[in-house]
Amino acid sequence: MAEEAPKLRVVGTRPIRPDGVDKVTGRATFGADFTLPGMLFGKVSHSPYAHARIRSIDTSRAAAVPGVKAVITGSDLPEITREEAFVGEAPMNFRDLSQNVLARDKVLYDGHAVAAVCASSVAAAEEAISLIDVSYEVLPHVVEVRDAMAEDAPILHEHIRTKGVDPKPETPSNVVSRVEFALGDVEAGFRQADTVVEREFTTQAVHQGYIEPHACVASISPDGMATVWCSSQGQFMVRAYCAKLLGTEISRIRVIPAEIGGGFGGKTVVYLEPLALALAKKSGRPVKMVMTREEVFRATGPTSSAVLRVKVGAKSSGAITAAEMTLMYGAGAFPGSPVQLGCMTGFAPYDLENVKAVGYDVVLNRPKAAAYRAPGAPMAAFGVEAVLDELAETLGIEPLELRAKNAAKEGTKAAYGPKFRRIGYRETLEAAKSHSHLQVPLGPNQGRGIASGFWFNIGGQSSAAVHVNEDGTVLVVSPNPDIGGSRASMAIMAAEVLGVEVEKVKPIVADTASIAYSDLTGGSRVTFAVGMAVVQAARDVVEQLRARAAKLWDIEPDAVVWDGGEARPSSSNAGDFSPLSLADIAAKAARTGGPISGKANINASGAGPGFGTHICDVEVDPETGRVTVLRYTAIQDVGRAIHPSYVEGQLQGGAAQGIGWALNEEYIYDDSGRLQNPGFLDYRVPVASDLPMIDAVLVEVPNPTHPYGVRGVGEVPIVPPLAAVANAVGRATGVRCFDLPISPPRLLHALEERRSEAAD
Amino acid sequence: MKQIRFAAPTSVEEAVRLLVDAGGAAHVLAGGTDLLVQMRSGLRRPDLIVDVKRIPELRAIAQEDGGWRIGAAVAGAEFNEHPDLPAVWPGVAEAFDLIGSTQIQGRASLGGNLCNASPAADSVPAMMAAGATCRIAGPGGAREANIEEICTGPGQTSLAQGEFLVSFHLPARAVGSGDAYLRFIPRTEMDIAVVGAGVNLTVDGDGQCTSARVALGAVAPTALLVQECAEALIGTKLDDRAMGALAAAASAACRPIDDKRGTVEFRTKVAGVLARRAAAIALERARSN
Amino acid sequence: MAKHHITTTINGEPTEFLCESQQTLLDVLRDELQLTGSKEGCASGDCGACSVMLNGRLVCSCLVLGIEAEGASVETIEGVADGDRLHPLQQKFLEEAALQCGICTPGFIVAAKALLERNSNPTETEVRYWLAGNLCRCTGYDKIVRAVLDTAAEMRGA
Repeated sequence: MAEEAPKLRVVGTRPIRPDGVDKVTGRATFGADFTLPGMLFGKVSHSPYAHARIRSIDTSRAAAVPGVKAVITGSDLPEITREEAFVGEAPMNFRDLSQNVLARDKVLYDGHAVAAVCASSVAAAEEAISLIDVSYEVLPHVVEVRDAMAEDAPILHEHIRTKGVDPKPETPSNVVSRVEFALGDVEAGFRQADTVVEREFTTQAVHQGYIEPHACVASISPDGMATVWCSSQGQFMVRAYCAKLLGTEISRIRVIPAEIGGGFGGKTVVYLEPLALALAKKSGRPVKMVMTREEVFRATGPTSSAVLRVKVGAKSSGAITAAEMTLMYGAGAFPGSPVQLGCMTGFAPYDLENVKAVGYDVVLNRPKAAAYRAPGAPMAAFGVEAVLDELAETLGIEPLELRAKNAAKEGTKAAYGPKFRRIGYRETLEAAKSHSHLQVPLGPNQGRGIASGFWFNIGGQSSAAVHVNEDGTVLVVSPNPDIGGSRASMAIMAAEVLGVEVEKVKPIVADTASIAYSDLTGGSRVTFAVGMAVVQAARDVVEQLRARAAKLWDIEPDAVVWDGGEARPSSSNAGDFSPLSLADIAAKAARTGGPISGKANINASGAGPGFGTHICDVEVDPETGRVTVLRYTAIQDVGRAIHPSYVEGQLQGGAAQGIGWALNEEYIYDDSGRLQNPGFLDYRVPVASDLPMIDAVLVEVPNPTHPYGVRGVGEVPIVPPLAAVANAVGRATGVRCFDLPISPPRLLHALEERRSEAAD
Repeated sequence: MKQIRFAAPTSVEEAVRLLVDAGGAAHVLAGGTDLLVQMRSGLRRPDLIVDVKRIPELRAIAQEDGGWRIGAAVAGAEFNEHPDLPAVWPGVAEAFDLIGSTQIQGRASLGGNLCNASPAADSVPAMMAAGATCRIAGPGGAREANIEEICTGPGQTSLAQGEFLVSFHLPARAVGSGDAYLRFIPRTEMDIAVVGAGVNLTVDGDGQCTSARVALGAVAPTALLVQECAEALIGTKLDDRAMGALAAAASAACRPIDDKRGTVEFRTKVAGVLARRAAAIALERARSN
Repeated sequence: MAKHHITTTINGEPTEFLCESQQTLLDVLRDELQLTGSKEGCASGDCGACSVMLNGRLVCSCLVLGIEAEGASVETIEGVADGDRLHPLQQKFLEEAALQCGICTPGFIVAAKALLERNSNPTETEVRYWLAGNLCRCTGYDKIVRAVLDTAAEMRGA
């Protein structure tokens, strides 16, 4: 049951985060900051070809470099057959993962790892890498989605037959699967429409862009017990994936999480850790591996490039009668783009009777796509929200009005299946409508764009432990790496339940040997699901505290209440006892039964879906196509903001990433399939001077299934900005761009074309 | 593994000796903001690094012949903090200031920017427009050269083996003259120029342009000093017609490429736009001078 | 392999180290001196996570050779706080949640400190352009800029 009581003491305040001082002083240990005595340095050799068969690999010259202690190639990793590729019901294909981590018979993208070495110095390791002799048979490659889907496209995997089509194909294809979600009858719906807008869009692959490159240290003792220190979004994920890839038992690997310098989904998978372990095993020494920035771009998954078609029909009143989209997403070298999630999320903010979404997962010669903040959703939302903007303009309806007319609400059946429970989409539209941003007058060459977005948010397996220390201070132990300030929220929630000052509650992120299993940090789940576990563990502690007080007073536990951080008799009938604080009870723990500690291990369900509505003002320089973002407001239903500053931070950070995606970020390939911009110079993320202040508006429509009403917040913010920016540019110039990024050469070209058309 | 040697000479002569003895395997280090990146990527593999920052002439800023002599290793931040120089040559100052971030400005030098010979180097069009010269030291002694003689192609200079850049000279600022530099980048900072335009002009009491130098960057293998652009301005009052002719001449002079930063079409168009805008600013400055 | 013996001053402390010619100041700080507060985000001067002060100038330590520290004065993030007394910038970053993952924070603090030491009353635009060389992927810069402006106001006694 949700506690909608307004009298929460700590929840909603803004204490200083517990790990903050270490982070502002440089003391915090991130993945690359860790060292072990006797450590070697590992480096990876990468393919320079987008697609090639490996005829042979000769590592003898590399092995002969002074200081080199071990060299590995794909043959050093156990083979995982297709039958063994999946573990349980999880979607990870471990055969593909193993082949991604070290190529086997083929390299499938520029940057694909082919070998790794470890040596006593980085310089020796780098020299050894340059001496790895790989004989390649270069094959034709394909890097664009449409090209990969073509009849005569070079095939990446001979065994792939498109799933989800009828009849079952017999020839290999780069189209891995077709998925479909539908409700009602879209053809009938379009017939009923007064206006139909249909557009085709393209978006480019963008990288999560975390500032910290992947890094780890792996150590194996002679008896095979391994320890890995690494920054990742889930130490249990690292443990499980490494165990599977190396063919060892899970209990033989312990993963200790370092602080993580950004993930956004890009660190929900392993690249270096299995290699470091294999090298540590072969050399008998600990091995440290750190990626360079170039390796991060070339050899770790960005998100998918996409081609999409969106068609929406509406009555002149603005009521949508049918909505359809076709999405084609590039998975990279191995199957598994987030196209299904795109299909499920694109139309989710709307209450639609007739809706159909079809998605194609396509492999091509690029790094295997990895999750990026609301994977699959931003591209689909770009198309949908841009078409809605055109529809609004054509029908003469305000963009917010059009959305409000069709907004999903409690009870709406989403296109992807479930009925929404309590959601806050309308509330974000109302907040947008009344926001002062809309009152700011626009000048010449300026335009305002509006867009909405949705993300499911997830729950998942989560564990927590709450220990009462001998002096009455409290330790909250949870498993999830803190990528956005979640530690502070864990402390806040525990403090709220226990009724103590938040400063008395210390949160720690524990390693795989010190806390029970937890799904990784992602899916906007930590504050919701791990928070739920923390609350349950803290409540467990409260029950124990009541029982201990009861023992001390020699009354029944039912006669004890826990209130304001103290145990009290429930009434004068129970007895006339002075209240006992946590410290009082902790001091007597030994004689009342032993250490006081609570735990919770759950599989949290009931995550509340999140909705956002963004408003973006831009100014366009008509002579150069340069776009300046003047003003940005991000409004989101956050359920309940446990620590409002960090919730605002999620909205602002996601919006900034979306703005970059819309305007300047893209993977650029040359004709030979080589990545042209594997660095921050030419992979252009927004810098401080590119952005205005981002007004983050937190709308709180509590999620009924969380004790404090929490909804996940981290992913929604990146979903609306692509269209918010594109719609703003469209309104500023009268020219709509359907291809992202709206970089100046593209926009200027479009403006010039329109100018010359007008002149004709 | 090759071991790289390092030397930090304290005189020009010592530096020349080191460069000559290295037989072409040495590289000069000033700010290092290009060299270190290139060494890391394997593009440059010097056997010897010659750090010239301890040579007094390379770090000095002083008035000379009514103009200014600036050491080739003076950092951008030092240049722009100078009490007088930026006001006299604001176009050169803003061009230099545009190179990279604040951190890069703490190190990057005019000498490095020129000798790295990137077609998109920001300071070069402004220095060309200013009519700056450079002093080069080498085994044959010192010589002076115009900026436009130095870059011969992307990453290539006309400096002979054993030669290095010691200092620059900016001429005296004439009355009624002003300079300006604009560049186009997709973000607001941190990008390599997609197009750069430097304009230096002089107007007489009637507002008529009596001299002009216009240089374009990032639109050809080297920065271009475009005579036709100057001719479009000289003898005019920089009215709309003259500005239109200037823009057309700038676009016509472009020989750009399509690359990851811009297209031929884009660079050609924007060269004209920036030339015009830079000329307008230079004119403003000239009028108030 | 002969290394260079370098004598320098780091955060006010006389310091000596050995390094090879191609090791950057960042490599030296992290690998030889175990001062891991300065971070490597790109090794090409594009992200600012390695920012330090060199002879009073804000620079990227990944673009300075370790050898160049000879006789110089280097200030890193480790020297910003005075023992356990945080610099006002560090305090404001914490109070205003100007960090999420924290990897870029040392670079921002060093860079912002350099700004406030030469301009005690910067405008928002000046702050943003001064910090353009420091990339942050988590915050969208909003809270960072506010924290710097608020620190400036506090330090002015405003």
